[in-house]
Amino acid sequence: MVESPKIQIVSLDFYYGDAIALKNITLDIQVRKVTALIGPSGCGKSTLLRCLNRMNDLIPISRVEGEIRLDGYNIYAPKVDVVSLRRRVGMVFQKPNPFPKTVFENVAYGLRVNGERNRSVLSGRVEESLKRAALWEEVKDRLHDTALGLSGGQQQRLCIARALAVEPEVLLMDEPASALDPIATQKIEELMHMLKERYTIVIVTHSMQQAARVSDVTAFLYLGNLVEVGETEAVFTRPGKKETEDYITGRFG
Amino acid sequence: MNIGRAGLVEQARGKKAKIAGPTVETAPTVGVDTKRRHLRRMVSQSVVFWLFRAAALVNAVVLGTLIGFLLVRGWKAINWTFLSQPPFDAMTKGGILPCIVGTLCLSIGAMLFAFPIGVASGIYLSEYAKPGRLIRTVRLGINNLAGVPSVVFGLFGLAVFVTLLGFGTSLLAGSLTLAALTLPVVISATEEALRAVPDTYREASLGLGATKWQTTYRVVLPAALPGILTGGILGLSRAAGETAPIMFTAAVFYTPHLPSSIFDQVMALPYHIYVLATAGTRIDETRPLQYGTALVLIALVLGMNLLAIVYRSHLRKKR
Repeated sequence: MVESPKIQIVSLDFYYGDAIALKNITLDIQVRKVTALIGPSGCGKSTLLRCLNRMNDLIPISRVEGEIRLDGYNIYAPKVDVVSLRRRVGMVFQKPNPFPKTVFENVAYGLRVNGERNRSVLSGRVEESLKRAALWEEVKDRLHDTALGLSGGQQQRLCIARALAVEPEVLLMDEPASALDPIATQKIEELMHMLKERYTIVIVTHSMQQAARVSDVTAFLYLGNLVEVGETEAVFTRPGKKETEDYITGRFG
Repeated sequence: MNIGRAGLVEQARGKKAKIAGPTVETAPTVGVDTKRRHLRRMVSQSVVFWLFRAAALVNAVVLGTLIGFLLVRGWKAINWTFLSQPPFDAMTKGGILPCIVGTLCLSIGAMLFAFPIGVASGIYLSEYAKPGRLIRTVRLGINNLAGVPSVVFGLFGLAVFVTLLGFGTSLLAGSLTLAALTLPVVISATEEALRAVPDTYREASLGLGATKWQTTYRVVLPAALPGILTGGILGLSRAAGETAPIMFTAAVFYTPHLPSSIFDQVMALPYHIYVLATAGTRIDETRPLQYGTALVLIALVLGMNLLAIVYRSHLRKKR
């Protein structure tokens, strides 16, 4: 790895109240690569993902110990502006959740919230983001129709476009295709291949096959511990730890 | 789905039972016993269904009887003069225009105060409040406010707005008193509407780097607006129909002109009904007018409720 890691997770502990959910996680996320977090249900992969943009702050009883460094700066430092963090680290959720607004307004939302009001700038950025999410051709004639009229797969790509419009550096994807049919899933996976040229991507997936297909680096979590991390091909063909091998061969999870 | 196949499975199961031995539990599912049980089930379902239907119909019957009663006794009084002229000749002639205007002013005035405060409280309680002592006390207060008898509100209004603050018997005092009455309605409707907005919208907005207020203002409130407006309309119709709160604070037996300032006393529909029924000097002659006034009031209140219901279902369909 030539460049320094985009995100460094350093000795991270995460608590829900008194229960510990993540134990001493140390992991590097490489820039402009796809890192997949895999593991059985409840292993903490979504929790870890949501720590990267501090979405877990919304849970009152949550507590974090350790550091997460974005470009070297700890995002959990006391004076960090969470709002600007979330503009640099965007998120796409498991179930597509477009706002009950028009397609255009959905994508423009992040820009408007940042203060952009110029109509031509908004139009340009919306078009660009929709193109980057491979959705432009399908929606260019219905930009001002409600987003809720799109199919599930289109809605998810709309959410991706919406996240991209803010020009993040990192894109977090929490099981982005689990609510979609196989064809839509394939489109999303192809999209990820294109997106990693510009963005650093971290994806949580419960499908090992998907992790194998899309990611460059795979991290296997189990019961809140980081069991193994490495180049995807190596993790799947020559797993170092027994738990990893058991999970991959389907003995549990 | 191949229905024929399902039958085969049952057959095979049945055959299996015979082969397996005396255990009849695995016998095929169609038999005389079950037909009887089936019939009994259908009958008991129908009976219960009709009981519930009758209960619901009682509602409609009561409402229908009420309106019918008023119509029969009051329709003679309804005409354009009635609706557009003030009363004269000891209220036996003329119309109820000042009452209609007074009621409208009072309700709208009440909403002008109750709506902003109610919606703001609802937003605070739903979106911003952290669970704790303060919030529990506030909620206790709101729930109890909703249970206060309307005549007590009237006395409250008399003591505070009319006397203490010196507004006198006036549109202002009446509106403020009615506002206090309808505040819990607006707060509840607002909270309910906000709670109905899925959390996924809030998450998506925050994930894009919006602040909490931006999220509330740009996503949550617009989505909750239909429910909030419906609550507002229902509050309005409640304010229009109340008598006791306005008796001591705004309403007056007779005033020769329409209100021209918020410190004027007003006539109002519910109070006028009371006046005509009890305090008039020629009750026999004013009786049809009294029912006519009641009809107008019911029409106003029912009309507003109907508007709220229609609007709400229209917005539900749009989703």
